[in-house]
Amino acid sequence: MTARFDVLVVGAGPAGLAAAQAAASHGARVGLLDAQPRPGGQVWRHDVRKQAPRAAVAAMQQTAAAGVEFLAQHQVVAAEPHGLLVETPQGARHVHYGALILASGARELLLPFPGWTLPGITGAGGLQALVKQGWPIAGKRVAVAGTGPLLLAAAATLRAHGAQVLGIFEQAPAAAVNAFARQLLHWPARAVQAISLRARLAGVPYRFGSIVRSAHGSEHDNHKLCAIEIEDTRGRHRLECDHLAVGYGLLPNVELAQLLGCALAYGTPEYASAHPHVIVDGLLRTSVADVYAAGEACGIGGLAAARVEGLIAGHAAAGATDAAIALQPRRAKERRFAALLAKHFALDSRVHDLAAPQTMICRCEDVSLSALDGFIDARAAKLATRCGMGACQGRICGSALAEIGRFTRSGARPPLFPIRLSTLAQAEVAPPLSDEYRGH
Amino acid sequence: MSGRCYDLIVIGAGIIGASCADAAAAEGLRVAMVEPGPIGGGATAAAMGHLVAMDDDPAELALARYSLQQWESFAELPEAEFSRCGTLWVARNEAEARVIPTRIARLAAADVEAHAIDAQNLYELEPSLAPGLHGGLLVPREAVVYPPRMARYLVQRAQSHGAVLFAGRTAKQLGRGTATLDDGTQLSGPVLVATGCALPALLPQLPMRARKGHLVITERYPDVLHHQLLELGYADSAHGDADSSVAFNVQPRPTGQILIGSSREFSATDAAVSPAMVQRMLARAFEFMPVLRDLQALRTWTGFRPTTPDGRPYLGAVPGEAEQWVAAGHEGLGVTTALGSAGLMLDLILGRTPAIDPAPYAPSRAVI
Repeated sequence: MTARFDVLVVGAGPAGLAAAQAAASHGARVGLLDAQPRPGGQVWRHDVRKQAPRAAVAAMQQTAAAGVEFLAQHQVVAAEPHGLLVETPQGARHVHYGALILASGARELLLPFPGWTLPGITGAGGLQALVKQGWPIAGKRVAVAGTGPLLLAAAATLRAHGAQVLGIFEQAPAAAVNAFARQLLHWPARAVQAISLRARLAGVPYRFGSIVRSAHGSEHDNHKLCAIEIEDTRGRHRLECDHLAVGYGLLPNVELAQLLGCALAYGTPEYASAHPHVIVDGLLRTSVADVYAAGEACGIGGLAAARVEGLIAGHAAAGATDAAIALQPRRAKERRFAALLAKHFALDSRVHDLAAPQTMICRCEDVSLSALDGFIDARAAKLATRCGMGACQGRICGSALAEIGRFTRSGARPPLFPIRLSTLAQAEVAPPLSDEYRGH
Repeated sequence: MSGRCYDLIVIGAGIIGASCADAAAAEGLRVAMVEPGPIGGGATAAAMGHLVAMDDDPAELALARYSLQQWESFAELPEAEFSRCGTLWVARNEAEARVIPTRIARLAAADVEAHAIDAQNLYELEPSLAPGLHGGLLVPREAVVYPPRMARYLVQRAQSHGAVLFAGRTAKQLGRGTATLDDGTQLSGPVLVATGCALPALLPQLPMRARKGHLVITERYPDVLHHQLLELGYADSAHGDADSSVAFNVQPRPTGQILIGSSREFSATDAAVSPAMVQRMLARAFEFMPVLRDLQALRTWTGFRPTTPDGRPYLGAVPGEAEQWVAAGHEGLGVTTALGSAGLMLDLILGRTPAIDPAPYAPSRAVI
């Protein structure tokens, strides 16, 4: 089954929704593809209990009204000439495009520490997503830890679903978080957002300079998490809990961009990063012709940056350059906010040294940190230990190893996600290009 | 310059170079190894790791037999990940099955145990095979190993016997009993070049082509496949000269994963996964094992087999050069024949009578 679009958008989060709507507003035939059954992405993920935010509802309605075709449960597995090989519950599908917009978003950075693989421990955004989908959390004692404003959003969702949030343990020092809060005066909408989040979290301790050093399992209950050890400015103490939601911020999903050959960079001149993002120009064009990127894929920037970049990429991909250029000042402003976040929530070097020699690094293939000693590149380590060879293809361990300064992740290869062999066997051979859907 | 003088300088630490360095160090030679990339990072990393006796060329069979005997000493070594799954050659029809008695006889002459299998027996051994197949040939003692870890083990064992590894270094130039590295380091001593597909960079007089292959590995399905399965027509693909070919060749990994091959291409020079070849290769595999269609593929990769004009490796002295040796060009049998190749090389280098006749592998045959 083959489909053709003038503009194809990968990822139906805020950036992708905005991109699809902007492109469709110029009359382009637009497809919006996502691995999930509903649009919204991570930040606007459907919540079984709560109504979607107004902005999310509006964005989804606008794309539908603009005639955008939503391709649900479409997992991209390989790139083809001006097309993608996609797996759907109905089987393989080829989706061809004139222009492609990568709005692939971000995932959480998970850093290994002793006990991090115990049942009861998830990412912060990870637990938030589970709970939105109806995972029972009511009455459970939950500690939220890691870094960034995402922790507040996750804690608020957990509380709204009945969790007893024991505390938010932010690794950034109080001085940095306070300096960040003062800067919020320049972004009033965000200040309001932060104040309302804090109000919803009234009574929940928000601790700074705090890191989870280790987690401990119960000897009676299948080694399920029962306590964590927290280190803060006053020393170390133990906290009993049922769940730990811990995330060290976000990192861009660039695997599809890598597969397409888009040039990547690590961080900005001001802030180095161990994780690559897609390089784009002012019109959000990547280094590959007809391929654009918007939102977190271009470097972690948050919701507002994602939305304006989605619009710019959508306009540009549909050939409406003026409309794209008009939005550039807004984009610059939102990217300045992103830089603030990166600066004030930079990771404390203590979190790079949490893993012990016997701590598991690669959960797919059971590889401990000490097994990786002496390797200076990911491929040599993989060949000798299988680290990163499993189902997540190094998305977790490879990113963690890059963050803690071991080695950078290897490049992407098809399939981007595990797929049925029958799908892989349907990979497109000849480019079915025709001028009719290339021009716009 | 005392630390720069060796009895043997092995260039390349794939499975061949690693085996030669290990054998030399075990003999008490002062050995240097030079490897620009990861140990076993070339064809060794891409290989299936099937230890198999191919009997269509008597010289290949003699080398395989000699080598397979040595592989037995690693059967219990954790690093080898040795798994004695046996090889089952599948015949689709009576015509294909006709070669089986000849093959059994040739293998028996080389002390390799093999049995003819009828259709009923075939499905008892491998219930997931497509219906309607005729029978096969079972070689029960053959095994699979994990080549890059084995290469690493051999390099480390050589190091424990005093060998020195110049890691991250490339040999740029060979002289009479010298090798110059890319950082200017001069090593002196006899040189053994085991750089596989990269051979022409140092020894352009020895023709070598890179023959691209694709592999696909699945998630873990421990009960689907029990033997390394190949179609009886495999040798036509492996030893034929077609520009591109595919053959049914699947392997049960000790992890429960299934490794699916195989393809051969002479004209493809880039390492990218080719959807067209993956498609052809999988279509072939589905014909023999339809159940594969519904399994999850985890990864795909490619590799290049170092291929000489006659398909046999170069094992011996570099023609016209003193103190230069070569061990390269094993096509798809480098893992199987690595240990035997190393034994043969050491005998030649030390002036002993080799355990097998070295003449079929003499590099001089390639120089006109």
